[in-house]
Amino acid sequence: MGGVILETKFHVLAVDDSIVDRKLIERLLKTSSYQVTVVDSGVKALEFLGLLDDENGSIDSTAQNHHQVQVNLIITDYSMPGITGYDLLRKIKESTSLKNIPVVIMSSEDVPSRINSCLETGAEEFFLKPVQQSDVNKLRPHLLRGMA
Amino acid sequence: MEIVGQLQKQYVDFITSLFREAYLDDQYVQLQKLQDDSNPEFVVEVVSIFFEDSEKLLNDLASSLQQQVVDFKKVDGYVHQFKGSSSSVGAQRVKNACVDFKNFCEEKNLDGCLRFLNLVKQEFYLVKNKLETLLRLEQQILQAGGMVPPLE
Repeated sequence: MGGVILETKFHVLAVDDSIVDRKLIERLLKTSSYQVTVVDSGVKALEFLGLLDDENGSIDSTAQNHHQVQVNLIITDYSMPGITGYDLLRKIKESTSLKNIPVVIMSSEDVPSRINSCLETGAEEFFLKPVQQSDVNKLRPHLLRGMA
Repeated sequence: MEIVGQLQKQYVDFITSLFREAYLDDQYVQLQKLQDDSNPEFVVEVVSIFFEDSEKLLNDLASSLQQQVVDFKKVDGYVHQFKGSSSSVGAQRVKNACVDFKNFCEEKNLDGCLRFLNLVKQEFYLVKNKLETLLRLEQQILQAGGMVPPLE
């Protein structure tokens, strides 16, 4: 058989309640040739990841990913109304099906205790906003690691 | 072409003054870097979104400060959003005004909040005007067949 290599792009899920920041992060991620899905809330992120029980809205931490969407990395804003980025991080790390997906937190505020608790809870990186290209370049090693 | 040269000089002089007077900061340069042939309208798109979002925030701020009992946490939330979006597009003076505005929210100082709402509004309309002029100049250069001088 001839060696046909299908190049699948890494799929990044970005979560931010700011419309301006969504536009920015989407563009930044696309310049790195990632496939990007952007949502405007933690709830929508959980829905997309299949972690939300549609019937009564409760979080099913062992839910299988019914949508069969493959997400290779999640990048989320910290301060969001409703489910915060930190809440989202925790729920992902508590999920048997999703805990190995790298999670990155973005925040406009440089609060050391916040940064530490995110990293301790399993976030791979913490980016200060506005997020730069150099920050997005740091995502690649985390994505490549997931390819084992 | 003479006209292109003139327009380019106008552009450089104008944008230099915007940086010098802190209307814009380095983040605007970063936005420009994200624009390319595959996304030639990126800056216009982001800036348009910013304008629309800001008008909404200014309205929300005004109405929240007009309530009988002002919810300063709510006001602070709006200012926080505005601070974030202005920072993301490089609108430095707007961002700085928001930082000060936040302090008055924390102090639950209605007078200060009202004053700073006016200031933030002023700074926003100023930078909006400048950015519209800037983007119009870019269009003129492109239409005259020239290239927009890269920033830095």
